[in-house]
Amino acid sequence: MGYYCPVMKISIICNGEPREIEDGTSVAQLIYACGLKSATVAVEYDGRVLAPAAYESTFPAAGSRLELIRFVGGGSGC
Amino acid sequence: MLTIAGRSFRSRLFTGTGKFASAQVMRTALEASGSEMVTVALRRVDLHDPGDDIMRLLDRERFFFLPNTSGARDAAEAIRLAHLARAAGGTNWLKLEVTPDPRTLLPDPVETLKATEELVREGFVVLPYINADPILALRLQDVGAAAVMPLGSPIGTNLGLQTRLLVAIIIEQARVPVVVDAGLGAPSHVAEAMEMGADAVLVNTAIAVAGEPVKMAEAFARAVEAGRMAFEAGLGAQRAGAEASSPLAGLDFLRPEPSPEPSIDA
Repeated sequence: MGYYCPVMKISIICNGEPREIEDGTSVAQLIYACGLKSATVAVEYDGRVLAPAAYESTFPAAGSRLELIRFVGGGSGC
Repeated sequence: MLTIAGRSFRSRLFTGTGKFASAQVMRTALEASGSEMVTVALRRVDLHDPGDDIMRLLDRERFFFLPNTSGARDAAEAIRLAHLARAAGGTNWLKLEVTPDPRTLLPDPVETLKATEELVREGFVVLPYINADPILALRLQDVGAAAVMPLGSPIGTNLGLQTRLLVAIIIEQARVPVVVDAGLGAPSHVAEAMEMGADAVLVNTAIAVAGEPVKMAEAFARAVEAGRMAFEAGLGAQRAGAEASSPLAGLDFLRPEPSPEPSIDA
């Protein structure tokens, strides 16, 4: 008999799009799952900038909104 | 050597990293420019196509990253971007841009002053992008701006130093470095700014969209050096009338004086 461990999925909004993640996923794990590096990504969690030191210990709640932001080429203006 | 907020730069050419055709062209052009300070913008990651990470494309030992707040339309948005820049890059340096009108991209002086005050209080090293307004430049340095960045002409126009007279006043009054930014479209434009005594210039579009960006980067680097050397050497005064630079003496042979008439009673 296989052992079945139910993993609770929750839905968040990440960069404007709905995304399913396992409950208990940290922001650091989410960044990694998106193919990015924590060291070069800034995160807004429900409109507040997260300190990079908190990426490991912050677990997005269902319905929360995250923005993953990073540097791109730019001089002035947009 | 140029020093801003205690940090020294050998190169007085700052370069923007936007608009390059490819990451490889950007990297090679930035190396050819000799720049040690490059500006970067902040944007939401496209999770469907994350692409290259500029933080890993460029050697951060060689290039000091100056995040900008491009896209901010008021002080609150600029401050939000400043906090994100600090989280993304671990730097508290910031090129503050507040441009409410996307058509002109001219900076909002009131919101820029407000944001500078707040960000300096929070410990940021703030380099505000401003119109060439000498009074605003003084107000900004009074509230703790680390440098001021007056525009030569609107962003991306390549029109050169249309603000020459006002930039000259800013340079004369400034106690912080003056970095002429925006609109500098040719090496002659940056040479002009540097000859006037600007401490540095920031160029992006003119290099990035050149036929050969790498060659153009080097042309700008040489023009910045030439302009700076000319400023340090001291330019001659301008005058309205002509003044010969060949000696006036020794031309007698061309038009000999007529010999005096012999005197009758001699």
